[in-house]
Amino acid sequence: MKSMSNTKDMTMKQWLHNKKRRSYSVILLIFIGLCVTVAVSLIGILIGFILYRGLGHISWEFLTTARSALRGTIGILPNILYTFYLIITTLLIVLPIGIGAAIYLNEYATNRRLVRIIEFTTETLAGIPSIIYGLVGFLLFAQGLGLRVSILAGALTLSILSLPTIVRTTQEALRTVPLSYREGAFALGATKWYMIRTIILPSSIDGIITGVILAIGRMVGESAALLFTAGTGYALVTNYFQALGTSGGTLSVALFVYATEHGNFNVSFAIASILVIIVLLLNFSVKLVKRKLRKVK
Amino acid sequence: MNIISANKLSLHYGDFQALRDIDLDVPAREITALIGPSGCGKSTFLRTLNRMNDLIPGVKITGEITYHGEDIYAPQVDVTALRKSIGMVFQKPNPFPMSIYDNISYGPKLHASLSKSELNDLVERSLHGAALWDEVKDRLKKSALSLSGGQQQRLCIARALSVSPDVLLMDEPTSALDPASTMKIEELMGQLKQDYTVIIVTHNMQQAARISDKTAFFLTGDLVESGQTDQIFTLPRDKRTEDYITGRFG
Amino acid sequence: MNTKNKRKDIVEKTMQGVFFTLGMVTIIAVVTISAYLVLNGLPAIREIGFFEFLFGQVWRSTGTDPSFGILPFILTSFYGMIGAIIIGVPIGLMTAIFLAKIANPRIAAVVNTAVELLAGIPSVVYGFVGMIVLVPFIQQIALHFFGIPSGANLLSAILVLSVMILPSIISVSRTALVAVPRDYEEASFALGATKMETIFKVSVPSARSGITAGVVLGVGRAIGEAMAVMMVAGNVSNMPELFRPVTFLTTAITRELSYASGLQRQALFSIGLVLFCFIMLINIILNFALKRGHKG
Repeated sequence: MKSMSNTKDMTMKQWLHNKKRRSYSVILLIFIGLCVTVAVSLIGILIGFILYRGLGHISWEFLTTARSALRGTIGILPNILYTFYLIITTLLIVLPIGIGAAIYLNEYATNRRLVRIIEFTTETLAGIPSIIYGLVGFLLFAQGLGLRVSILAGALTLSILSLPTIVRTTQEALRTVPLSYREGAFALGATKWYMIRTIILPSSIDGIITGVILAIGRMVGESAALLFTAGTGYALVTNYFQALGTSGGTLSVALFVYATEHGNFNVSFAIASILVIIVLLLNFSVKLVKRKLRKVK
Repeated sequence: MNIISANKLSLHYGDFQALRDIDLDVPAREITALIGPSGCGKSTFLRTLNRMNDLIPGVKITGEITYHGEDIYAPQVDVTALRKSIGMVFQKPNPFPMSIYDNISYGPKLHASLSKSELNDLVERSLHGAALWDEVKDRLKKSALSLSGGQQQRLCIARALSVSPDVLLMDEPTSALDPASTMKIEELMGQLKQDYTVIIVTHNMQQAARISDKTAFFLTGDLVESGQTDQIFTLPRDKRTEDYITGRFG
Repeated sequence: MNTKNKRKDIVEKTMQGVFFTLGMVTIIAVVTISAYLVLNGLPAIREIGFFEFLFGQVWRSTGTDPSFGILPFILTSFYGMIGAIIIGVPIGLMTAIFLAKIANPRIAAVVNTAVELLAGIPSVVYGFVGMIVLVPFIQQIALHFFGIPSGANLLSAILVLSVMILPSIISVSRTALVAVPRDYEEASFALGATKMETIFKVSVPSARSGITAGVVLGVGRAIGEAMAVMMVAGNVSNMPELFRPVTFLTTAITRELSYASGLQRQALFSIGLVLFCFIMLINIILNFALKRGHKG
């Protein structure tokens, strides 16, 4: 107790003006500052470096032609198209399933245990690494269903991979629709499906869009799941339905191939900067949607 | 002898003035009750005494508060030393999510390095001081959140005592408790005033009348009247005080 | 009127059935993935032998005398994870503390945007920049101090992984720290604790299950990452050492799957199964940590 009663050994003025234990705080604060600086400058330097090395190698021709071994030119139009096809196809598959699953969880399901199981499996899907999706997609879609390595096989794989994102964001959006809306609709004699169609879905559309943007971000960046399902093809196929059956590498996969197999770093940097720009744009649009959402509320 | 004195104390939250020219002397080793309707500034005033309002952005304080004659808002003052000497108990029992023992030893460990046996002594003494020792002595390592609400609040009092303060600020300490627990804490306060100066904010006028020696009545940021509790409750000088204690508004 | 009601009823029932089916898809997906991995992964393990497969130290999949031991991959993934935690967790946790407890809103918004971007950058971009910048740099060190002429090694992979797990650690820990009741912190201040003492002795311990969840999530990401690691780790089936080129569980699959056949191919599926088991284990731990967090 003696050390606790030091108040009495000093005058009140001395005690109150006794600044101690400052070094502990200062050291910790410096450490925190250092860590934050590392995290923030990492991303700054990373983006700056990629754009600095890559932007110069992007030209109109680069964006609008295919790779030609004969002419010795490199263009990434096929990869851009494949990325686009893959996103569209995946969304076509995953959106009805994901939104439907979220509606079931939020509006229909009455069995608490079943809901818990579905939510657990959704979490599980979110935790499975891309390479496992690639492996199973290869076995199941490319080989099992006989789709071979193709955009369609890749899209099916990505559909499962992005399912958790869609389910979770939709569920969050549905939860924010006030109960009074539902009660209002029921009071007017609306059936459940009619209410969902006319009230629930329209009022949660912004939240669903956020989920779609997040999912697109994941698809654009994905590579491990696509390497063995959609493949690394680079032939120019403009017909969408023909492309579905063709092996095609997305931008991310193309970056991997150019960097590791061809050692063509200029092209790799150019693709990397395109990817970074896409990530920046997607991030920005999520912010816009969220801001709009907050204003409405 | 007055241990704390407020002189022309005013407090603004941004543009809103929450306290207006408060003059109040707090006598040592007595219980001073701060009463008044919700939003009258009594809790805000309490929190200026250990500078808890410093944590809220946009607060501006003018005037002076002295503690043992020292201005506690002087720039050289170390708030951690001030808060060690002026302890606080909150409205809602807020034990840390740790064991009972760790709750009590938390404060002492901040201010000094103590041996295991010194700490044990201190924990026991603090829990005795809050009349909780007999109820928890066999489960000091159990989570503090396993205690009942009333026990949790007494634990918070013990925690405040653990750093040997000489003033205890209590912000409606019984408002979240059942009548039985409230009685225990009121009785405890009677014992505490032998060693500590207690300042309590309360909504409950019977409580103020029962336990306090001095009472101060706040209304919309003004200190309407302060004096001996007997006098305030029997012969209020101000009409508004009379209206309040007779329950005409609240 | 009656027929109209009946039609309404049919539509209603049908839609309920449709939504129920869609709700089942995630369950079906998890069951299918598990079943496929088990069915395709077990045969090779049976043929090679459970013990030889998991604890064999030599992976020589293409020689005349093939050997399929994946201990090097398991250990590499494990060391990689530990290394990423040692570097990533302090940086991530401190950044989360900064965001939740110290920064003013404007600075927090800037840092937060940076963290979100960090999460959005594709793995291949991390791998590529690691390949271009980090590997040559590590090579200098390796050559200078150890006489090893390669920079594509475990250390490079650990550094890349440390950066990649930052966003999960930061965002989950931050949420947990923000959720710490203000009461706890006030009680600490009232006892004369400084802000830093309050943060490290009250806020962080109170948020520990959420912080654990963030770390476990990061661990899952570190163990599952394939492409970035493939580009910087050297991809040789060595037992792990900091300055040696190594192969992770993930990259063992990636590097050979395109041309593998026969038992080699089956063994790759078995590696997938092992990886899947690790991930499921992590998932269970994560679930446990989150549940404890909800209980307070």
